[in-house]
Amino acid sequence: MPFGNSHNQLKMNNSCEQEYPDLSKHNNYMAKVLKPALYEKLRSKQTPSGFTLDDVIQTGVDNPGHPFIMTVGCVAGDEETYEVFKELLDPIIQDRHGGYKPTDKHKTDLNPSNLKGGDDLDSNYVLSSRVRTGRSIRGFCLPPHCSRGERRAVEKLSVEALGALTGDLKGKYYALKNMTEAEQQQLIDDHFLFDKPVSPLLLASGMARDWPDARGIWHNDNKTFLVWVNEEDHLRVISMQKGGNMKEVFTRFCTGLTKIEELFKNKGHAFMWNEHLGYVLTCPSNLGTGLRAGVHVKLPNLSKYRQFEEVLKRLRLQKRGTGGVDTAAVGGVFDISNADRLGFSEVELMQMVVDGVKLLIEMEKRLEKGQSIDDLMPAQK
Amino acid sequence: MASSFARVLSSKRKVGILSLVGAGSLTVGFFLNREQHVNAGANVRRIYPPSAEYPDLRKHNNCMASHLTPAVYAKLCDKSTPNGYTLDEAIQTGVDNPGHPFIKTVGMVAGDEESYEVFADLFNPVIKERHNGYDPCTMKHPTDLDSSKIRGGNFDEKYVLSSRVRTGRSIRGLSLPPACTRAERREVERVVIDAVAGLKGDLAGKYYSLTLMTDQEQQQLIDDHFLFDKPVSPLLTCAGMARDWPDARGIWHNNEKTFLVWVNEEDHTRVISMEKGGNMKRVFERFCKGLLEVERLIQEKGWEFMWNEHLGYILTCPSNLGTGLRAGVHVTLPRLSKDPRFPKILDNLRLQKRGTGGVDTAAVGSTFDISNLDRLGQSEVQLVQTVIDGVNYLIECEKRLEKGQDIKIPAPISQFK
Repeated sequence: MPFGNSHNQLKMNNSCEQEYPDLSKHNNYMAKVLKPALYEKLRSKQTPSGFTLDDVIQTGVDNPGHPFIMTVGCVAGDEETYEVFKELLDPIIQDRHGGYKPTDKHKTDLNPSNLKGGDDLDSNYVLSSRVRTGRSIRGFCLPPHCSRGERRAVEKLSVEALGALTGDLKGKYYALKNMTEAEQQQLIDDHFLFDKPVSPLLLASGMARDWPDARGIWHNDNKTFLVWVNEEDHLRVISMQKGGNMKEVFTRFCTGLTKIEELFKNKGHAFMWNEHLGYVLTCPSNLGTGLRAGVHVKLPNLSKYRQFEEVLKRLRLQKRGTGGVDTAAVGGVFDISNADRLGFSEVELMQMVVDGVKLLIEMEKRLEKGQSIDDLMPAQK
Repeated sequence: MASSFARVLSSKRKVGILSLVGAGSLTVGFFLNREQHVNAGANVRRIYPPSAEYPDLRKHNNCMASHLTPAVYAKLCDKSTPNGYTLDEAIQTGVDNPGHPFIKTVGMVAGDEESYEVFADLFNPVIKERHNGYDPCTMKHPTDLDSSKIRGGNFDEKYVLSSRVRTGRSIRGLSLPPACTRAERREVERVVIDAVAGLKGDLAGKYYSLTLMTDQEQQQLIDDHFLFDKPVSPLLTCAGMARDWPDARGIWHNNEKTFLVWVNEEDHTRVISMEKGGNMKRVFERFCKGLLEVERLIQEKGWEFMWNEHLGYILTCPSNLGTGLRAGVHVTLPRLSKDPRFPKILDNLRLQKRGTGGVDTAAVGSTFDISNLDRLGQSEVQLVQTVIDGVNYLIECEKRLEKGQDIKIPAPISQFK
């Protein structure tokens, strides 16, 4: 229940013009779509849990633009947001997800045996491999809108489900507010610990309320499978390991996710999913698979190549610094991952990353030897 | 809703009629209608019992956390003001900010005037703690803006570098910064711009909207130390005060740059009178004259300031209730500030020291910001007199130490006069 917008009815006493946000200097997907006529149409609506139009767009109003990327500028407060505010979110989704239409259907495929190759990325170049996604528990409000009681219920359910994992997935939960100094330091050293969000994109949507209540990190004993509870989504699920065996990372990812879904179902809870939007998450940018599969890879020569950006674009890949989103690369090491989330299945996205990174490494090797890479230029996927 | 403070923007005439009736009967109406306010809001969405929603305050150290017991939470969590402001919203900043290293923060805010009434069971003990025992249920707050009553107030400029008085004012009928809609915020801006445009003589000035100002204007305002920026303090951002920035925010100041109004920062308005040098009396004179003039100008249009006889002027943060007044100087006290008795002397004089950057800053060199500790329970005149008498005493101490003479800790002055 973010700030001051719960009294939507009273706002209706003021005209649309009086309430319409000033988006004249804004550059995000929300600002492109939300014209006064649409604001007028949607402002009287709210989801069954009371999430309103202004709640959806607050982060986009407060954050006019981002230096590196075109941000979405809106969030969902619950599963119904995507339905009630369809007329705003469908065009945003279409714009953000490469033309995905309101009538399109999204494929889910978490069968790792459908992935070809991926177990042999050259570890002279690939330092680490990682796959992440998110999951929301149906029936609970999302981080921008949830009450403390709901957030705690999500934590309790998650801890119970994760506690039932066995074998190489067996692990332990660390609640943010209870962890010892030693545990905290270990989690930092392992690069597992997430901190209270500082990005104004997240803060403005109310996701950091009540921090660190009901937030925590679960990971398996092997430190290769990790779940964040109640950060930007109900659950963020991460599979990772050093080296280039993406196939193994993805297999563990699928096994773990499927197992967790089963454990939740046994307790009478499903993940938020529908055949149009796939997995439903807080930010529209993470709909569909919510999947970001990537590697940390050394590309000192290729990254200076004049057509580096073009190559990535054609391969449907995205580069980030090794600190994650909004960071710069250090020492020629890049985080390379899939650019898409929605409209492709998990396996399809993994395949793009595996095949794409293989090609990038081949190009790097050629450039190292001073050879041309013109014949290697890919077609647009 | 039959609330006497039904907040409809076009009801200026209605508010005007209420103001004719007089502050006294408004207050009576305010308290008699308590039950009405308490039931007036829509039902708050509740799927979990209060015990499941009660915040974890075990590591917290703020006034809200000290007084929000599970019982109080359970009693108030289903209530909302007529505008729909809830307890969870009021306390969010205190939940999100467990403690402040230098001071015990208040940990809660008001979303509208009615918050202080609907959530009185929590606000009252918080107010009492923060304002050193002032009891809103039984005590009355005196308002006095007659600057002719001030004695002295012309400091030795060898020590006092600048003098400043600030307060805040809220426009009755419009929600406060944590809760206001964009339309309400814009209406506050419009009402204030309209009023200050009517100021004349040495008070005549110009408004600079944050959204519209040119780079040049912005630089000038920075150089004058007038420009306020989007709040970064989590105490403020967690309360929702920075929403929609910089929409409907701005700065007005007179041509002489001695009288300044901030619009829609932490309060509807912050009013500041300041000058280089030590003429606090003149600073306060201009302060009172300007405030009373602005009040007259808004009343002409059917508006009034939020005020009642128990809480004085109503502002967003409970720490600023009463006078909302902070009168202070930048003063150099190289010897006194190193004397171990300095804190006790300030304490007994009911003064507070801050760095010259304002709250949460450290002093640079030996120049301090010295101002009144209290806000509620004493009038503006009383508080400014306290500062004048106190700063004079500090300067006397400094002079004595310069001559190698000893100084005395003064007897503690009484708090509620």
